[in-house]
Amino acid sequence: MRFLRADLHIHTVLSPCGDLDMSPVNIVSEAALMGLNIIGITDHNTTRHCELINRLAAEKGIFVMQGAEVTTKEEVHCLAFFENTDALKKFQVFLDINLPDIINDPEKFGYQVQVDEDENIVYEEKKLLINAISKSFEETEAFIHGLNGLFIPAHINRSKNSIYSQLGFLPDNMKADAIEVSRTTTPEQFAVDHPEIKEFPLIRCSDAHYTGDIGAVFTVFYINEPSFAEIRLALKGENGRKIILE
Amino acid sequence: MKITDIITALDLKVISGHNGLTNDITGGYVSDLLSDVMGNAKEGQIWITLQTHQNIIAVASLKDISAIIIVKGFVPEADTIEKSNIENIPVLSTELDTFNVTGRLFELLKKE
Repeated sequence: MRFLRADLHIHTVLSPCGDLDMSPVNIVSEAALMGLNIIGITDHNTTRHCELINRLAAEKGIFVMQGAEVTTKEEVHCLAFFENTDALKKFQVFLDINLPDIINDPEKFGYQVQVDEDENIVYEEKKLLINAISKSFEETEAFIHGLNGLFIPAHINRSKNSIYSQLGFLPDNMKADAIEVSRTTTPEQFAVDHPEIKEFPLIRCSDAHYTGDIGAVFTVFYINEPSFAEIRLALKGENGRKIILE
Repeated sequence: MKITDIITALDLKVISGHNGLTNDITGGYVSDLLSDVMGNAKEGQIWITLQTHQNIIAVASLKDISAIIIVKGFVPEADTIEKSNIENIPVLSTELDTFNVTGRLFELLKKE
């Protein structure tokens, strides 16, 4: 068993708010520099940069959790991760269908570009990615779990786009695999302030939009190897796998 | 004013929570952020929102809100309807948007 450092919430240049320096190559280099073993690629409502980053990261021995940061109808941000390409592609179709047909204005919101490993632009997403999809929090959760994915409501301590800001409190029977806190608090402190979340494992991620933010905070997993299945076990606290709080 | 009077005057559809229809309305509150409603809505008000999530019933119950009007013909989730019936908090529906239904309700309550 090993202690592995994971930052599971990283945006790329494809997110309108992601810095232009957040290319797949730069993200992988910075993650390696910061000593991360596992990174999560979570652009707003798109998974299109996952495949390339997965390939580039593998060359540096970094494992990639492939997914997205989805915005539910209630404007709650939630991390979604999938184990294989098939599930990831099905989730991309779900996003494409349910994201409203509102066109991005790059001057106002930022560029939404997909680049290759030489940083050439290969695709520009026309639809504004920071909008909410037309599915509810529960419908989104059910779809993600239907694909055997992980569903992790994001930055719950933030005053924008969190469960608390949008829905007031944890919904009854919420089926979350974990809850994320942002860098402005720690899981330990948050658990003290909010005893109602004690049944959920807490992870802490950077929500990096700039290369300098990657790995600024991270979660340590005590697992056998960097893999989706091992991280799932650690979130459940099964078979000796666990989250080590900083 | 009774909820039933408002239903008639604004041509609202009753979706659920029929047992709460005899509640009195003391005023209204308009917001789509549940944390804001928890902080600012007052007992006996009717709440106008586009939110359809089950947590609206818990918020309404917490604040003793008399009824909820959901705008633009949005349909609440099944668990919202179920909780509305348990809590006896009527969920009402209008095809109007928030601006228009609020304006009409304001005129109606002003006459009292």
